[in-house]
Formats: sequence, structure tokens, C-alpha cells
Amino acid sequence: MSASLSGSPHPYIPATEADRARMLERIGVADLDSLFADLPAAFRDPAIDLPPALAEPELIALLAERAAENAATTRPSFLGAGAYRRSVPSIVSHLVSRSEFSTAYTPYQPEISQGTLQSGFEFQSVVCELTGMDVANVGLYDVASATAEACLLAVRHTKRRALALFEPIHPGTVDVVKTYARGAGLRVDILTSVDALSDEHACLVVQQPDFLGAIQDLEPLADAAHDQGALLVAAADPFALGLLRPPGDAGADIVTGEGRDLAGAPAFGGPSLGLFAARSPYLRQMPGRIVGRTKELQSPDDAREPRTGYVLTLQAREQFIRRERATSNVSTAQALIALGFTIAVQALGPSGLRESAQLCYQRAHDAAKRIAALDGYEVPERGPWFQEFLVRGPLPAAELASRLAARSITAGFDVSDRSEPETGEALLFCVTEATPDAHVDTLVEALTAIGDDGDEE
Amino acid sequence: MTAPGSGHESGRGPRREDVGARLSFDRGEPGRRAVDVPNWTGEQTPLPDSQLLRESLRLPELSQGELVRYYTALSARNYGIDSGTYPLGSCTMKYNPKVNDLITGLPGFTDAHPQAREEDVQGTLRTLLELRRGLAEVTGLPHVSLAPAAGAQGELAGVLMITAALEDRGELDSRRRILVPDSAHGTNPATAAMAGYTVTHLPTAEDGSLDRATIERELDETVAGVMVTVPNTLGLWENGIEEVADLIHEAGAYLYADGANLNAIMGRVRYGDLGFDVAHLNLHKSFSTPHGGGGPGSGPVCCSEELAPYLPAPVLQESGDGTVRLVTPERSIGRMQQFHGNVGVLLRAYAYLRALGLDGLRAVSGQAVLNANYLRELLHGHYDLPYDRPVLHEVVFSGSHQRREHDVRTYDIAKRLIDHGFHPPTVYFPLIVPEALMIEPTETEPPEAIEALAEALIAIAEEAASDPDALRGAPWTAPIGRLDETTAARRPVLVWQDPNREGA
Repeated sequence: MSASLSGSPHPYIPATEADRARMLERIGVADLDSLFADLPAAFRDPAIDLPPALAEPELIALLAERAAENAATTRPSFLGAGAYRRSVPSIVSHLVSRSEFSTAYTPYQPEISQGTLQSGFEFQSVVCELTGMDVANVGLYDVASATAEACLLAVRHTKRRALALFEPIHPGTVDVVKTYARGAGLRVDILTSVDALSDEHACLVVQQPDFLGAIQDLEPLADAAHDQGALLVAAADPFALGLLRPPGDAGADIVTGEGRDLAGAPAFGGPSLGLFAARSPYLRQMPGRIVGRTKELQSPDDAREPRTGYVLTLQAREQFIRRERATSNVSTAQALIALGFTIAVQALGPSGLRESAQLCYQRAHDAAKRIAALDGYEVPERGPWFQEFLVRGPLPAAELASRLAARSITAGFDVSDRSEPETGEALLFCVTEATPDAHVDTLVEALTAIGDDGDEE
Repeated sequence: MTAPGSGHESGRGPRREDVGARLSFDRGEPGRRAVDVPNWTGEQTPLPDSQLLRESLRLPELSQGELVRYYTALSARNYGIDSGTYPLGSCTMKYNPKVNDLITGLPGFTDAHPQAREEDVQGTLRTLLELRRGLAEVTGLPHVSLAPAAGAQGELAGVLMITAALEDRGELDSRRRILVPDSAHGTNPATAAMAGYTVTHLPTAEDGSLDRATIERELDETVAGVMVTVPNTLGLWENGIEEVADLIHEAGAYLYADGANLNAIMGRVRYGDLGFDVAHLNLHKSFSTPHGGGGPGSGPVCCSEELAPYLPAPVLQESGDGTVRLVTPERSIGRMQQFHGNVGVLLRAYAYLRALGLDGLRAVSGQAVLNANYLRELLHGHYDLPYDRPVLHEVVFSGSHQRREHDVRTYDIAKRLIDHGFHPPTVYFPLIVPEALMIEPTETEPPEAIEALAEALIAIAEEAASDPDALRGAPWTAPIGRLDETTAARRPVLVWQDPNREGA
């Protein structure tokens, strides 16, 4: 096939055949191929097997069909385990869809990027308030990679070469920390008790609420870490922090979190949003971009009051300046999701966020009580908890899940392969403020029927 | 300094609001709210002990309309690709097709839970599998993981794959260096350092390609890999890269492609065919996904057969019964994210690939290269051109002449371009070009837009001689003037200060 362009322009490519002829003439080359003369001839224009192009209506039809191949969106689902359905305020999708926000690049030119920059400052302010930290960046990829970056900061600060992760913690977070630790040549210890913490550990990483849903008292954990000269890193759910004590108040040094769920639907887990906040002594060791507030520069003969503006700041930490001595390689992160997160939290406001977190708490506890009251079902006690709870039923976990699936109900996450005593043959159910009452009713009916052994297939 | 022309805010008319001085936190009134929350009418469960609970929460209190107006006002202080030409070199700011947003927003896709059983998300998984196959075809590297969230994370994955392979070869302890050209993106050396390597910088030769003699001298049994951007950040083809690949392999090292500039060569030449072992792509560049003011992006990592066992988890696999599954490669370096990557970005990239097909991709690279060369031709003689040869997707000029003759910096030229209605190009990069102006028009700009951009840059070059202060004080028409970045860094103010609490 010729590498030339065909006659009919594509809707995404404005130049016509006549335009190209005129441009080529101005450049002084015979044809388009001449512009690629530097490419090695032996490797030029290889056979590439791609499906034929689709016109827009065909494209929409194909992808609508694909979307419909996923399980029905009306189906009751009790999955959480790191991704939670939230009641996202309607204004979020409206505002993040404004193309001045969505189609901008990283704000390298502050004079025409104040929208992104001022929103970034709003984000940092919201994150610090929720976490009880002094400083935050404008966001990293997801909670797991943000937590890995927190570990690397702790290593730079303490000059120690081991990390301690406190169970129960999300297995995906453990995996990502291990990936990053491999590059840095660090040892990763998985702890089930803080007694195993030593002065070799740069930090103790704790999830709040923990992977199985329990609310942790972070203060003794922070004390235990600090006794060993280690930092406390809390990977906290920012929505739960509408109700819970800020980790900073309990002694955490760095707080990470996952912001995706407040900004939109789970979307198969991504785009996600890693929150990253720290106490101010760690500011210059932080990864990622940071927005600062400043004023216009003023020339001496200008009598006007300088206006307030925002810039990317403390950039001497970053890869494009510091290169191999940067605090991280991160460049593009998740700015638009951070904008959605900010607007959601601010739309809820102080009372709305608290009420919404309480509604989540009440709905989840009500569902757990109803299930615990069923014959053959047990909800193992693990202390105070927020929105997730373990359920053990009359059948092995996997079988219970598939019985529910047969009734078009998505069960909680199967945790039966974990080592905690309460997780044997257990499913981790999640109920949030966004779970319809009718879905809980359907679940309770189904569990009752399965428990009555009246569910023969 | 006085403003040129009449665009500048003069004494007439009402003073514009100092939007930046009042955050959402400073607006509204206590008691206002933007959304309501349903009441819980069921049985009340007591809350946990108070020592586990928050005492106070300081957040803005605005009505819905106020909050929408505030963020709408902020959006008006931004410039996106929908606002106008955005020739930011190395960032490939092309038009973002709206149909891709529509598709990604379909409830069947958005509602999919990342922990769902594979049989419940086949629509998503099949689409991602086909994207994976498409990227393998385009790069000539048969194995792909879509997991990395952005280019820099794709780089980290790729370099860690090299680490894992060297470990299996028993050579990790001896191979501790990664070679990076001095024209590379900062992420390359930063990534190599994050992966625990020492970075050796390779100089660029006079023709803009890698200096062959230096590579031959540096390549030895201490080298783990070489990271090369193709085409390079000067917008030039890396001459003889296929021979360099052979040298690297003979030395027992791996060749890494930074795929940031794939747009120039899509459908025309492939990393795998040239001898690259591993590459990352930036789907928010070549594959048109919106950049969102700093993400989300997506940085798939593509590799050869040899490195496939080390790909980050998950990778997509089609089983015998046609079901698509998420699997962990046998010797995987592990996960890059808790879940499966920036799926919303991946779906958009798939839609883009299907809207173009092979002919379309060739049309993209062809027009992108033609547009860059057209701009180069229009500006020839007005700005210095340190590497004066035909370019691919972008062209790097230098403002050295303006600096020397008129004491005007490239920084000033960029700011003045804002007054002409354009987003400035990338400036001061690559580092090897003094006063660099790195311009990438992309294929989605019509010739008229390229001509208008050239006319503006020529007018600015003339103004640098006739009225240099017009540049030094620019921009005059932007929502805000130049900002005091020095004070911002020296005395950082990074969060809202409650005037009632600390008396700030």
C-alpha cells in the first residue's frame, strides 16, 4: 500500500489534497514520501494488520454493543474491595466535561492555565483538610502507586532500606509497593503485629479502614512507628474521612488515598486518583506537581494592585529539571479526576460529606444486621467498621458467590484465601450510601432462599 | 512598561475581579449547600467511639449555582485544544474526538466494577484485547500490558522488565548503567534512577542523531539498557538506529523506545522491526485522548518475545472458549496499579484506532510531518534553526538571535504568542538547544492555522527589534499577567488559610 494520503480527508484531518499539493510545493519536495526519506528503506511501510476504519455511526454501534456485553448495570452488586459506588453530585460530570479543563495540557503557561492551577490549589486544600496534613500535591496515579511513592519518600528521609506493610491491606497496594521496591532494592515486610516493627523499617503502612472494612485506631500505630524512628503512612479512604478522625491528628506523617470513587463511577477501576499529602517537613521530598499561590509581577510604573494567581512551584524536585536526581519520575498524573474529586467534596460541603458518610455507615450496618439475623449466616465481629463486612454462609464462599450470580446478584469479594482467622470461607460485602434499598432486599431474599436450601439448580 | 496596542486593560471600564484572591472557601455563606443527602429512616446504629471520629470539617458552603459559576469562571481562565492551536512540542496536542468521550461514558463501561468476575465484563475485556492487538501491530512488538497509568509509569515498567530479565540471566549485579541521550525527556533519567541504575548521558552529534563513537565506547558489560526517543526530541529521525540496536544487543544490553513521538511514524515504521526490545506509548499524545490539564494519561508497555514473561500484571489473554481473561505473566514484575490501568483512556484510544484504521494512521503521521515541515519552511530565516534538516512531527527553533541582538528571551516570545491567541510551544527543551522553541503543530491543524501561527511568530520576531518591551511585558491580554514564581517557591503558600483561625 502506498504511504501517500488518499484523496478524501478524514474528519480528524482537515488538509485536503489541494492543501497538501500547495504545502509540498512551498516546501519544495515532490511528494509526502520524500519527507520520510531518513527512515531506513528496509523497514518502511511494513504490513500492519488492523481492522478497517469505521465511520462514526458504525463506531458508536460497535462500542454500544460491547458495553452491553458487560453485566447489566441494573444488577445488584455488593463488590467493594478498593472500588466503591458513590452518590456523585450531578454537577461533577457537567463541570469536568468543560473542554477548557479537559483538553488542556499540564499548566506550563500559568497566564492561560489559571483554571487548572486554581482548581489544583483547591484540591490541595481539600486533601489537607480531609487528611489533617499540611501539604499535598495535585495527585498521583492511584492509591497504590501513591503509597509506593510515600514509601520511597520515607526511605529517602530515614535512609533505611526496609518497608513494613500492616495487614489487612489491599493486595493490590502490596503488589504495587513491591514493584516499586524492586527498583529501589528495598525489602518489603508484611506485618500482622506492630511488635515485628524494627529500626530497619523506613515506614509502617496502614490502610484506613483496613482491607476487611474495620476502622483502625491509628494513634497507637503511629506511636509504634515513631518509637522505631519510622514514619506512619496511612492509605485512607477520603470519603470515610468525612466521618473519621483525620490521620494527621492521630500522628500519621504521610497520607495517601483513592479519589476515583468520589469523582465518578468505578469504570473498571480507572482512571483512578492517588491522593498524596504530608507534614510540611517532607515538602521538598514530595513527588509530583504542587501548585502555589502568588501575585502578579509588577513593573515599577504600574500603579495597579497586583492580582492573585497560581503557579506550579517547587519544581526543582521534578524530573524535567532535576532529571536522575528528581524525587520521582512522575509527569502526567490524573488532574481531571482530581478536579472531579474537588468539586464533589465541595458540592457535598461540610454537612453533606458527613451526612453522606453517615448514611453509608447506617445502610451498611443495617444490611449486615439483616444478614447476620438469617439462619446459617454469620457476620464475624472485627470491631468498629465503615462500609464493608465479612459474611460466612452455609456454603463455601465461592459456591455462595456463584449461587448469587445465578440469581443475577454480584456477591461480595471472595477473601477466603486470606490468612486472617475471620476470613475462612468468607465474602467481603460492601454496602454504600449509593446502594438502593431494593438491592439489599433482593440480596436478603436470595441469601434466605439459599440458606433454606431451596435453591437447587 | 506600557502596553502595546489597545488590548491591554486600560483605565476605562470596570476593574476585573481578582478571581484568584477568593477561593471557593472564601465564597458562599455558612449553611448553604450544593447537594442534598437522603435521610436514613431505618434503625440507627450508634457511631464508633468519638476518639475515632472527626471533630470538625472546614469545607466551602456554596449553593449549587454558586459552585457551578465558580468553576465555570475558572474554566474560562484556561486554554484547551478546543480553544485554539496548541503547538506544545513533544506533547502532540491534537484534537480530541468527542465520540470517544461519548463511548467511554456508556453506562455499561462506566458501571463495570474492577473486581467483577471476568464473565461479567467481557465487553470491556474484549475491547481492551483488541486495543492490545492493535498496539502490538502498530509497534511491531507483539506483547503488551495496558496497565501503566502514564508514560512515566510505562517507562518504569519497561526498565523493571529489563531488570527482571537481567536478574534471570544472572547479570543484574554487573549491569548497573543505563545510557540516555542528552536530548531525552527528563522522565528517562528519572526512571532509570528510580529503578536503581546509574545514568550515563550520551551526547548528540552535529546532525542531531546520537553520537555513534560515544555509544560504541560506552557499550560494555556494565550497561543494562539504552533509552532512546524515536523520533528524537529535535523532531529528527535517529539515523542508523537499527545498527545501534545491533551494537546494543551484541553488548548484551536492551534497547528501550520512548514512544512519546510515535505520532510521526505511525503506520510507517515500527519499533520492533528496528530492533527495540521494549517501548512505552503515550495514548494521551498519539492516540488523541484528552490530557485533562495533567492527566489521566495512559502508558502501555509493549515488548518482544524475550521480555514478555516480565510484563506488568495484568495482561489480556483469550482462552480457548473465546473468553477474555486478565492474567499475570509467569515472571511478571508485578502490578503498577491496584487495578487494571486507566481503562477510560484505553477505551478512547481504541475508538480512535477504529476510527482511523491503517490508512488513517498513515494519514495522521503523513499530515503531522507535512505540517511540521510546512511550519519550518514558513519560519525559515526568522528564527535560528540549529539542526537544519527536514523534520518529522516537530521542529525546534532557537531564539538565540533575538536574545543576542535584542535582549529578548524565548520566554518573552512565548508569552507574546499568548496575545496572538495561541498556546505557546514548548520552551527551553530539549536542553541541548539554547533558547529552544519546540513546535509541534500536529495533523489536526488546518494549513490556515499553521500560516496564522507562523505569521504571529514572524510579527513577534519583528517586534523583538522594534518594540522589545512589548515582549518583555507580555502577555497583555491574558486573564492574568506574569506571576512571581520566585516568591511562590521561596515562601510557599500551598493550601487555603482560614482567616478566622490563624489570622493569616
